[in-house]
Amino acid sequence: MQFKICGAAIGASLALGAGMASADKLVVSNWDGYMAPDAISAFSEASGNEAELVLHGTNEEIMGKLIASKGKGYDVVFVSSPFAEVLHNLGLAEELDHDKIPNLSNLYTEATQLKHDEGNVFSVPYAWGTTGLCYRSDLVEGTPDSWMDLLQPSEDLAGKTTMLATDRWLLGAAMLAKGYSVNTTDDAELAEVRDQLIATKKTLLAYDDTTFYAKLVSGEAEMVHAWDGWCNYGIAENADIKYTIPKEGSDLWVDTMVILKNSENKDAAYDFVNFILDPKNHGWAAENILYKVPNKPAMEALSEDFIAQFPNMGISPEQLMSYEQLRDVGQAQRAYSRIVSEIKAAN
Amino acid sequence: MTDRKPLYLMTPALAWLTAFMVVPCLLILALGFFRRGIYGGIEYTFTLENVALVFDPLYASIFLKSAAIAGLSALIAVVIGYTAAFAIAAAPTRRQPTLLFFAVLPFWSNYLVRTYAWIVMLNREGLVAGIAAWLGYDGELPKMLYTETAVVIGLVYNYLPFVILACYAPLSRLNPEIAEASRDLGASAWTTFRRVILPMTVPGIATGFVFVFVLSIGNFVTPALLGGGNFQMIGNLVYAQFLTANDWPFGAALSMFLIAIMMGLLTLQTFATERASGARRED
Repeated sequence: MQFKICGAAIGASLALGAGMASADKLVVSNWDGYMAPDAISAFSEASGNEAELVLHGTNEEIMGKLIASKGKGYDVVFVSSPFAEVLHNLGLAEELDHDKIPNLSNLYTEATQLKHDEGNVFSVPYAWGTTGLCYRSDLVEGTPDSWMDLLQPSEDLAGKTTMLATDRWLLGAAMLAKGYSVNTTDDAELAEVRDQLIATKKTLLAYDDTTFYAKLVSGEAEMVHAWDGWCNYGIAENADIKYTIPKEGSDLWVDTMVILKNSENKDAAYDFVNFILDPKNHGWAAENILYKVPNKPAMEALSEDFIAQFPNMGISPEQLMSYEQLRDVGQAQRAYSRIVSEIKAAN
Repeated sequence: MTDRKPLYLMTPALAWLTAFMVVPCLLILALGFFRRGIYGGIEYTFTLENVALVFDPLYASIFLKSAAIAGLSALIAVVIGYTAAFAIAAAPTRRQPTLLFFAVLPFWSNYLVRTYAWIVMLNREGLVAGIAAWLGYDGELPKMLYTETAVVIGLVYNYLPFVILACYAPLSRLNPEIAEASRDLGASAWTTFRRVILPMTVPGIATGFVFVFVLSIGNFVTPALLGGGNFQMIGNLVYAQFLTANDWPFGAALSMFLIAIMMGLLTLQTFATERASGARRED
């Protein structure tokens, strides 16, 4: 009982810290720069709803706030699909009334069949893509085609590669290389993945989530583990930079929009999601941040030159659907984190 | 004259610290005794498992490694900082403020900028490699960036001004006649330093050392940037629990130990200072 009271006190104070929004304004939380800078003001103007954008740096950051406040104070949040799944499992995500989002018809059929949420019951995909190898074709000999080219680089490539530092993707590279599910929780498989990554560590320049494409541009690194959209930032600066999906496959990552069940502005929230799904607004992300969006008319509006410059923008929805999505792994997350610590602590 | 101290003047500071430091710290500490919810978040049932996990060899080794890196950084910073402070204190009085100003000048620039500057210098295509090539060195230089050495360099560089200031204070207050008396009585310069000056400036050394150690052991920016994520210090581990693993209870348990280590060291340092100044008063 005592603990419960103490717990409630902590919960309440966390909620106080997290709660921030007024009830009359639509509050959208998104990553910085993930939609058009004028999206909020354009929406306000078009719909007559006052809206406010708040930013989160990571999924975990916004999840911490949402879980503490039971989703109160937020109306629409942009989160990656495993986190949308958690919001649904916790009962914090609104079950979507499709009649209120007519623009859902712009989505590719594939985007309505995503494994984490078949039929878009609680989430609407915003962007999707793959994770693969981004490399300097002028410096790397031959064409890399396997995850092992990264995990066991040739001698002249050793010390010139980086891997993503985030748990799921770091482990994912080795899981894919070994032919395991990117959501495996099997102890033996995880041990193998760990050993591989410990061996790989000796060959790495660094673990890098944020500046890997800049390292390619400067020549500090020659091949990096990268999300396709971010590889495009490198390609934009140096046409010798190429992206490839290894033959063992990729994960399919999906970032989504979720309306909170405790939203006090649901109609405006639906309007906002519908507004983003307008090909013009949704296409902004494809043209400006070089991420694939699951919006058919938006993608069809991209020019051929653009796709030629950034070939991974042309990956088809069918191909994307052939890759396994990252899912929430529940308590196994602790095992994942531990393995990452073991890798980082290894010499 | 009255003996009453105007303690009430401390009220604003105490209130501020209580509301914004003591209470949040206690909340974090409390979190360490709950379970991680299945989807992240916190399940409010009591458990000691997070605290026990800190002693797991894996995490304990990360603590030890952090302590070793922080200790090495503090030691190097004290050697360099004390020497610099000694030289400043020995300079003509009117020049000392200028010298001190230059010593702490880097401190007024942004921490991240200063750390990135090292990346610019140390990376494989960077300034150091460029100069080496210009001087005619055409071999492959050893990997400088993304190593423990780079982290130690970064920590020493960033926290050096603390040590210089901490050591300068007692050195500049030292009565020169004491050293002169020691020389008159036949002690060599080295003996005078070792037996007279050094003992009298121990509080400054202790303060400088503890400052660098405490700031370094919890640092997560420098290991992430200059270490390239190639190894974790305890600060990175705490950061990961809160921001990527969604495991606040374990992060809280780790913080608990980190805070305990820091408080222990600061207490020791206070005692050391007290003893040293007490000893001086008795003389």
